[in-house]
Amino acid sequence: MPHKGGNCKSRRSGGRGLLISVLSALLSLATAAAFAQTASAPMTVRIAYITQVVERAPPLSLLDSIPADEGLLGARLAIEENNTTGSFMQQEYALADAVVPQGEDVAAAFKKLMAAGQTVFVADLPAAALLAIADLPEARDTLIFNVQAREDSLRNADCRANVLHVIPNRAMLTDALAQYLIWKQWKRWYLVAGKGAGDTLYAEAVKRAARKFGARIVEERSYDGGSTARRTDTGHALIQKQMPVLTQGADYDVLVVADESDLFGEYLPYRSFRPRPVVGTQGLIATAWHRTHEQWGGTQLQNRFEKLAQRPMTERDYAAWLAVRAVGEAATRTMKADRASLEAYIRGDDFGVAGFKGQKLSFRPWDGQLRQPVLLAAARTLVSVSPQEGFLHQRTELDTLGFDKPESQCKLKR
Amino acid sequence: MRTGLLPAVTVLLALAMPAAAETIYVSNEKGNSVSVVDGQSLNVTKTIPVGKRPRGILLSPDGKWLYVCVSDDHTIKVVDVAKQQVVRTLASGPDPEQFVISPDGSLIYAANEDDNTVTIVDVAKGTALGKVKVGVEPEGMAISPDGKTVVVTSETTSMVHFIDATGRNIVGNVLVDNRPRAAIFTADGKQVWATAEIGASVSVIDAAARKVIKRITFDIPGVRRDQIQPVGVRVSRDGKLAFVALGPANRVAVIDAHSFEVKSYLLVGQRVWQLAFNADETRLYTTNGVSNDISVIDVPALKVVKSVTVGQAPWGVAVGP
Repeated sequence: MPHKGGNCKSRRSGGRGLLISVLSALLSLATAAAFAQTASAPMTVRIAYITQVVERAPPLSLLDSIPADEGLLGARLAIEENNTTGSFMQQEYALADAVVPQGEDVAAAFKKLMAAGQTVFVADLPAAALLAIADLPEARDTLIFNVQAREDSLRNADCRANVLHVIPNRAMLTDALAQYLIWKQWKRWYLVAGKGAGDTLYAEAVKRAARKFGARIVEERSYDGGSTARRTDTGHALIQKQMPVLTQGADYDVLVVADESDLFGEYLPYRSFRPRPVVGTQGLIATAWHRTHEQWGGTQLQNRFEKLAQRPMTERDYAAWLAVRAVGEAATRTMKADRASLEAYIRGDDFGVAGFKGQKLSFRPWDGQLRQPVLLAAARTLVSVSPQEGFLHQRTELDTLGFDKPESQCKLKR
Repeated sequence: MRTGLLPAVTVLLALAMPAAAETIYVSNEKGNSVSVVDGQSLNVTKTIPVGKRPRGILLSPDGKWLYVCVSDDHTIKVVDVAKQQVVRTLASGPDPEQFVISPDGSLIYAANEDDNTVTIVDVAKGTALGKVKVGVEPEGMAISPDGKTVVVTSETTSMVHFIDATGRNIVGNVLVDNRPRAAIFTADGKQVWATAEIGASVSVIDAAARKVIKRITFDIPGVRRDQIQPVGVRVSRDGKLAFVALGPANRVAVIDAHSFEVKSYLLVGQRVWQLAFNADETRLYTTNGVSNDISVIDVPALKVVKSVTVGQAPWGVAVGP
């Protein structure tokens, strides 16, 4: 099956025009409700999904493809589920979506959604665009779920009071990986990082995780993945000579690769100088969701998504699904539809949403990040799930992943 | 002296663990089979192939037929208990997981996990009589002793739906904790006990008022809270004790069903899933999905007396004569 459920790939192809489509049936119901506020009229919970098309290099493996509707279909599935629950609670859910073409103004599309009355957003956007909308003066009283941007800075100095993060940040992913590597006693890491901005940030998170859990970076190399002979007829001959050179140095237990754009990481397994496993953005990856995950009822979610989308669920689909489910959970428990009530419940102590990971998931009050188990997956099987046994925490073991309260530099102020 | 002592020892052993003339049937989710265990010897006497992903399992009231939800084949298989082989197939709707049978044995109500419905099956004809639309991922099912009310738990919707068996419509919804997995009526029909896997709790519902009257939670020293995932539940006929399977906590909680206090935790196999009493409720059998065995609990002694290896990923259990 052609997708990679893992890592931070947020490529989009094609240039669809600015499209703000509202599910018409639901809108008409919502309008009807607005005109006739009788006791039995269903209340409507409105959520807007916003994303921007970003052209990216094709994936390295021919087995991977880039779904054009990644993220959006996760939100759609959750809306369907919320509506099934809502049918027993006299509640309805309506999803509006805006797909902004590359290079066009995300803030303008966001304002348009706000003008249409939207106050709860699922933002499937890179960090810069996320901050651009969150910092709009009119966005002060909105709630924005980040389902794409993994920047650790967004959970620290650049955190925002109107943003909750569903997608794990880089430090959560590298901590999840580090705990497993420590459990395996694979403590000597050889780090190879690409030249992209994301690669540098991922490599920094790897180094932070090594310090946090007692691993050692024995050697650090950078590699310009953009100059390899990607997918050419004679590529393999060159690649099998280049990769040993790149990985020849101090001895190590694992090769850690930081290649978020998938430019060369797939070329490391079987071609490294030493016969060692590859982990990081390729090889054994840390991710919020993966096609190989079946535990805790995960099969049911995989099946439901594939029935709707005709393709496997990716990590961004999962994050968008979970954001919309979180809103649904809050609306079901509070019987409210307004942003302030929903947000108060979601940020409160009683909130917990089920995400097919064996335990309730909730948001960290100090930075708005969703605490969640992180899957460790190889291409064809799930290898493990972190936090690993033995990594203890006085509050919840989930807080051993990412930024804990004492180290957080986030100051939330609305 | 030695030979004289033996009969006395035998009598004591027999008292401690009465040899049961009963048969235990276990559905093996990944083994695609049903293991047949003799209650006296506690040996597996036969393994019956039944189809893909068998989960829910129950016996007809007369004990002659064994019904098995074969989820990935989207049917219910009927095993002739005397012949120990599959003899019929019932239409169940897609992906049946758990089910219940009416007291007269004529109707089966099956939860269709992937389809958000409960299918009503005419057992004699083997056909579906109708469907009731319920919440997302319906799973746990129970039927009142008089057969008039059927309840189903919807995992993603976090609800217990009450269905009027005659009208075949939902007459009430009770919101419970996250991922309700299983439910059971008390023998007097007055309460429904529903477990919540992610909520890590049991909700005791007043069946007439359809209100949660008690929320029971679990705290086991040395066990991580996220490992406590309540699934299968049984309440004794005399209404005194309730048993709750706690999934990866590998324990069965023993609860005083009057005070709702947890009395003790019995260590069983890994990822304990479903439970079933024998006829006189002297034994409780548990399916342990990860250790591929069942545990035998001596109910009067509240002790785990034996584990029996069955097929791959044992899921459900039913006990017959």
